[in-house]
Amino acid sequence: MTEYLLILISTVLVNNFVLVQFLGLCPFMGVSNKLETAMGMSLATTFVLTLSSVCSYLVFAYILQPLDLAYLQTISFILVIAVVVQFTEMVVHKTSPMLYKVLGIFLPLITTNCAVLGVALLNIKKQNDFIDSIVYGFGAAVGFSLALILFSAMRERIAVADVPAPFKGSAIGMVTAGLMSLAFMGFTGLVQF
Amino acid sequence: MALIRSSSPHLHKMNQTGHVMRLVLMATLPGMAAMTFFFGWGTLINVIWASLLAVGFEAAILKWRNRPVGFVLRDYSALVTAVLLGLALPPFAAWWVTLVGVFVAIVIAKHLYGGLGQNPFNPAMVAYALLLISFPVEMTRWTVPFVMIDAESSWSVLSLFDTLSLIFGSIDSALIDNYTGATPLDALRHRGGLTTEEAWRQVPVLADGIGAWHAVSAAYVMGGVFLLYRKVFTWHAPVAMLGSLTVLSTLFFIVQPDYFADPFFHLTVGGTMLGAFFIATDPVSSATSNKGKIYFGIGIGALIFVIRTWGGYPDAIAFAVLLMNLTAPFIDQYTQPRTYGHAKANRGMKGDA
Repeated sequence: MTEYLLILISTVLVNNFVLVQFLGLCPFMGVSNKLETAMGMSLATTFVLTLSSVCSYLVFAYILQPLDLAYLQTISFILVIAVVVQFTEMVVHKTSPMLYKVLGIFLPLITTNCAVLGVALLNIKKQNDFIDSIVYGFGAAVGFSLALILFSAMRERIAVADVPAPFKGSAIGMVTAGLMSLAFMGFTGLVQF
Repeated sequence: MALIRSSSPHLHKMNQTGHVMRLVLMATLPGMAAMTFFFGWGTLINVIWASLLAVGFEAAILKWRNRPVGFVLRDYSALVTAVLLGLALPPFAAWWVTLVGVFVAIVIAKHLYGGLGQNPFNPAMVAYALLLISFPVEMTRWTVPFVMIDAESSWSVLSLFDTLSLIFGSIDSALIDNYTGATPLDALRHRGGLTTEEAWRQVPVLADGIGAWHAVSAAYVMGGVFLLYRKVFTWHAPVAMLGSLTVLSTLFFIVQPDYFADPFFHLTVGGTMLGAFFIATDPVSSATSNKGKIYFGIGIGALIFVIRTWGGYPDAIAFAVLLMNLTAPFIDQYTQPRTYGHAKANRGMKGDA
């Protein structure tokens, strides 16, 4: 149990995928203009990340490894992720057309969210077992959501601030992301990995 | 008799930003005096140097952005940032450390976001965290209190001239080794297998020098109580912060007193009191409503305990405050008070999507 807690703390805070490992920055900058879309995106990404880390683990352990095809892991994971994202897209389209419209292009773009592929590959590299992979994927997703939601609440406030013209929009967003990353460095050393 | 019709309120008080900031500056005086008394002239020099730089940077940026320079400078907010940073820096911090810090605080953390009232992070704490990560050696070289340098003479701090040459000239390592040492937080963190009680008896800075930190903290409390009395801030954030820090450290101390530090230590050492009364109460970067301030304070206290106990940095105030600054806009979304005339508070997302 402690082990899983440590994995969670590590992925959510210490090695936060967005703010410390700099994965998944495109949706982090792209969907963070409004809190509501950020929350929708977080839910969708959490779902995709957890599911895809499970699926990619199964594919690796029961197909690639027995057949000695480990060198195909990257391309097969991309395929797995694309399938999971397509599935999520269908679910969201059916259950919440509004969110589907708001998320727009970013929903299919979860496929290219490097955090998703990153988690799948890191699971293999760290030789996580099945449960570890689920916790790792879920933790990564929670960390991503945490960063995205806090960042979007902050950007809503910055949007009305008197920012110098050359820094308006994404530029000040980048500066803010850098300062957020600075704050998250405070967690360094909490969990030794 | 002239009949002047004016609408309410008829009684009003001039509560300008400059007035509030001057009160805050006044409240830092006891702390500044205690720091100077125990750790030497360095703090005073840092504060003055940082203030000069801060006013200079602020004036340059305002000029550059075509804003009224004199009007904005008179709100004293740049000075408050500079003084807080100067108090937080180690007394022997070299001149360029302060220069980098003030540049980051005033230019990046404050004016890039549009100046006073719009910065999401506390400028002084952004600067401190950045300096701690960038220059760990300079930032962890803390001065030992004078009582530990020479027990015979009455006030054996480094002389004013030597301190000046240390800060603005070259670093003389022989001189610096005599006057610097581990802080109590460092000493308790790197105690090499001693239990807490053994460390208290054997490590010199804990056995002999701890009184200096207690006195400085007491001085900050004096300033804080003064500000509370003058209603510059409400009690919510500091009380919540100190409360959660006390509760957490007490719980862990009761379970394992050999390993964890006692709550009194957490409250009186490092920057806890400076953080509670001068940083967590920042009206701009903290949560807005009273309920929000309580959540904000609780978060800071808990993070301080976690980072101090298990983290990798010597003190946790800056990181804890920055992390809670991050969450403040989100806290605000969910703690908006009910406005008069509405049955329910308007909380949560206001999106139309």
